[in-house]
Formats: sequence, C-alpha cells, structure tokens
Amino acid sequence: MEKNKTLGRLFTSRVWRSVFRHGLPISNRARAESVFYNFFLHVHPVKVRKRSLKITYTWALGGLTAGLFIILTLTGALLMLYYRPSVSEAYADMKDLQFVVSSGLFLRNMHRWSAHAMVAVAFLHMLRVFYTGSYKPPKEFNWVVGVILLVLTILLSYTGYLLPWDQLAFWGISVGTNMARAVPFGIGDKMSYLLLGGNIVGENALVRFYVLHCFILPIATMVLMGVHFWRVRKDGGV
Amino acid sequence: MSKEYEAEGSSDAKKIPRRVEFVKDRTAARVRQEETETVMTVPNLVVREIIAFMILVIVLSLLSLFFNAPLEWEANPQHTPNPAKAPWYFLGLQELLHYFPPIVAGVILPMLVVLALVAIPYFNVNLKQEGMWKQHRPQTLVVALITIGAMCIVLLIFDVYAMLVPTLVMTVLMLIPYFVHSEKGFIGWLGTRPVQWWIMTWFVLIVVVLTAIGTLFRGPEWSWTWPWEHIY
Ligand code: HEM
Repeated sequence: MEKNKTLGRLFTSRVWRSVFRHGLPISNRARAESVFYNFFLHVHPVKVRKRSLKITYTWALGGLTAGLFIILTLTGALLMLYYRPSVSEAYADMKDLQFVVSSGLFLRNMHRWSAHAMVAVAFLHMLRVFYTGSYKPPKEFNWVVGVILLVLTILLSYTGYLLPWDQLAFWGISVGTNMARAVPFGIGDKMSYLLLGGNIVGENALVRFYVLHCFILPIATMVLMGVHFWRVRKDGGV
Repeated sequence: MSKEYEAEGSSDAKKIPRRVEFVKDRTAARVRQEETETVMTVPNLVVREIIAFMILVIVLSLLSLFFNAPLEWEANPQHTPNPAKAPWYFLGLQELLHYFPPIVAGVILPMLVVLALVAIPYFNVNLKQEGMWKQHRPQTLVVALITIGAMCIVLLIFDVYAMLVPTLVMTVLMLIPYFVHSEKGFIGWLGTRPVQWWIMTWFVLIVVVLTAIGTLFRGPEWSWTWPWEHIY
C-alpha cells in the first residue's frame, strides 16, 4: 500500500509528467496516448489488426530481424573498443578478445551468431511475406525495400567476415571477390579493385571492409529500415 | 487502399475536384470487413514485442555460452586451404560454380535471382492466388511441361543433378493434383497451391539443397565428402 502511494506520487510528479505526458495505460485513451506521445512507439499505429498479432501469421520474423540488428549494433560497438583494423593488429586483437578481455569471448560469440541468424531470419521473413501474399498492391514497393535490406544484411555479414583476419576470413573473402571478377568487360576487375583497394586481399581491403562494416552499411540499413517500417504503416499495416 | 480513385485535374482553386472511383475486382467487400477487427497496440503488440526480444536475447546468450565462434590460424596468403570456402550463404553459389562457368554461376544467376525477387510484386499474375490447375488446365500443363523440360535438359547437359533431382521432385508433386482429383488431405492441399507458390517453393528447395551440399558435403578439390569425413 505504502509502495503504491510512493509510486502514485512518482507518476503524478512534475518531472515524470514532463517525460510521459499521458497517465498509466489503464484507459484506452492513455493507451492511445502512450503510442503517439512516444518517439519510439510511434512507429506503431494506435490500433493493430488482430490478425497481425497471431504468431502463425508473421512468426514475429520482421521484428526478430530488427531485434538482431539492435543486438548486433550493441555488441558490435563493444567489439570496436578492442579491435584495430590493421593486418598486424587485427588477429592479435581477436586473440585478446578470446583470452584477455573480460567477457570478450561471449561478446564475440554473440555478435557472430547474431550475424548468421540475421541473414537466415531476414530470408525467412521474406518467405513469410511471400507465402501470405503480403507483397501485393499497395505493398509492392515495400517488398523492393525488403529485397535491398536482405542484400544489405548479406553484405554486412560478408564484410564482417574478413575482420578477424584468420584463414577462414581471408580465404572466404578471396573466394567471394574472385566470383565478382567474373563480371565481363573488365567491370568485374574494376569492381573488385575498388572493393579491395588493390588486386589482393590485404591492408587496404581490411580497412575498406571495416569502414563498410562499421559505418556505411549499418547507416544504409538503418535508413532503409526506417523507410521499411514507415511504409508498413503507410501501406495499411500488416 | 484508400487512394482507389483519380481526382479530376483542374486549375480552379475554388472548385472541389470530382473524384472518379475505380472499383477493382480485388477490392472485395469481404476483405475489407475482415480487416476491421483491431486491438490496442499498448499493451497487446508492445508486450509481445518485448517478450519476443527477451526470448531472442536468452536464446542467443545460451548459444554464445556453449558454442564458440570459429577462429583459425592467422591469415596466410601463401597457404590456401583445400577447399577454400566462402561464408555459408554463398556456398550455394560456390556449388553452382562447380557446374557452370564463372560468369553464369557468379554473375548471371545471382543477378537473375535478385531481379526476379524485385519483380515479384509487379507481375500481377493470379492475384487471387487460385490453385494452379483451377483454370485452363491443358494449356497450363503444356506450358509447365515445356518450361520444366527445357530447364531439365540444360541441367542434364551441365550434369547439375543437385538441381535436377529437386526440380523433378517438385514437378511430381505439382502434377499429382492434376491427375488425382481430391479435395481433401495433402493432395487436396497441393491442388489449392497457386503457380507462384510452386515457383517460390522450388526456388527455396534448390537454395537449401545447394547450400547444404556446399556446406556439409564438399571436401578437397570440391569433391563429394561426407560430413563425418572432415572436420570442417
Ligand atoms: C533487415 C531486414 C528486414 C527487417 C528488419 C524487416 C522488418 C519488418 C517488420 C518489423 C515488418 C512488420 C511485420 C512483420 O514483422 O512481419 C515487416 C513487414 C514487411 N516486410 Fe520486412 N524486414 C526486413 C526484410 C524484408 C525482406 C527481405 C522483404 C522481402 C523481400 C521484406 C518485405 C516486407 C513486406 C512486404 C512487409 C509488409 C508485410 C505485411 O504487410 O504483411 N522485408 N518487415
């Protein structure tokens, strides 16, 4: 009882009300207000279709893809504290993460498995959208945005794959960029030169992949995710 | 769905433009009615999102506690592992590289896949998602068999059994409801599958088979190797 009184005083205090302008979500009015007065919740409409809440309709796959992106951003930022993208340091930093940094191994595992999961879950999300026919007008363009997001997800995973600078990383990227070289009229060679900053996977390639992985691709993905969510609402919701 | 009309063009600011309704056959009244049942986002959706995210974090934490991310020896450009494999999501493509010339496997096919995916919503084929054998049965059969036959010949020429077998399996499944008339059970369900379902499911099956072969069954010189024969 005493606690409730304290809580009550907190919820009606000036400071609290300056942050949350609505009351507790116990009336439908306050529930509606807690969506449209909240920056983070206002990606949602105030009401959603009952159908879209059924787990067997969306399998929560789009949301889980976004959740994986959040986990990857957080663990990735922490990994950046210990990692230097240079041929002489990168591998040693990975070893330090494994054996010296507190929870470094856990952090790296979490980032690695989330990255693999994000590729798979985004693909599954695409299948769910396809099999429920949710790409049909007026949702055509959001499907296209989704395809670009899937490509970005794969590129994010792929650029991250080089960073540990172990045999798996080096040869995995070499195989992949050799595939790109098959593009005819010398375009493939030019593309691979641009990506690697040279003819082989070396120091320049490591820096380029690092910048793509930690800055350019995440920003592009975030912007497109914003467009994607906004379009889900504009196209009439799930 | 709210913009299913065209406004009359006019430069007179005072005149309200006349709206011309277009009613398309897919805007069935029944569909609209289904959509009206709604619930409040807070708490229904938000609570579900929080629970889903918590389960995600727990599952990944457990995975990360018990399984370590791989870290091999330091990169050595002088020492090529055999086989050198790309990350798993590219192993389907790398498997194709084994059968087709690099320009086909590395450039044309992936580009076609991405283009086909982008184009899906613009085909407007069979928007009602009717079963493949519902209408024009003989014509559909002829077109389907010619397309699949041509593809199978190409696959045979290049010895791509990894794609040929799944293609034949899907073809047999697709043909069952043509010959066996049943409204019930598995065959009845197959009969309700629209043409786009067959194409996508075939594509997914091929992707899964190729990726699995590339990941688990390929050893030195990309030769067939059982998963227990190597420590990859
Ligand atoms: C980074 C990757 C992606 C994220 C974070 C994401 C996120 C989401 C979310 C949260 C939704 C709401 C409904 C749901 O959860 O299922 C959604 C819907 C949708 N997504 Fe994605 N998505 C991604 C990739 C894709 C891909 C690859 C496609 C298809 C090629 C796609 C197409 C769509 C479409 C058409 C909808 C609307 C579905 C409907 O109205 O039922 N998205 N997405």
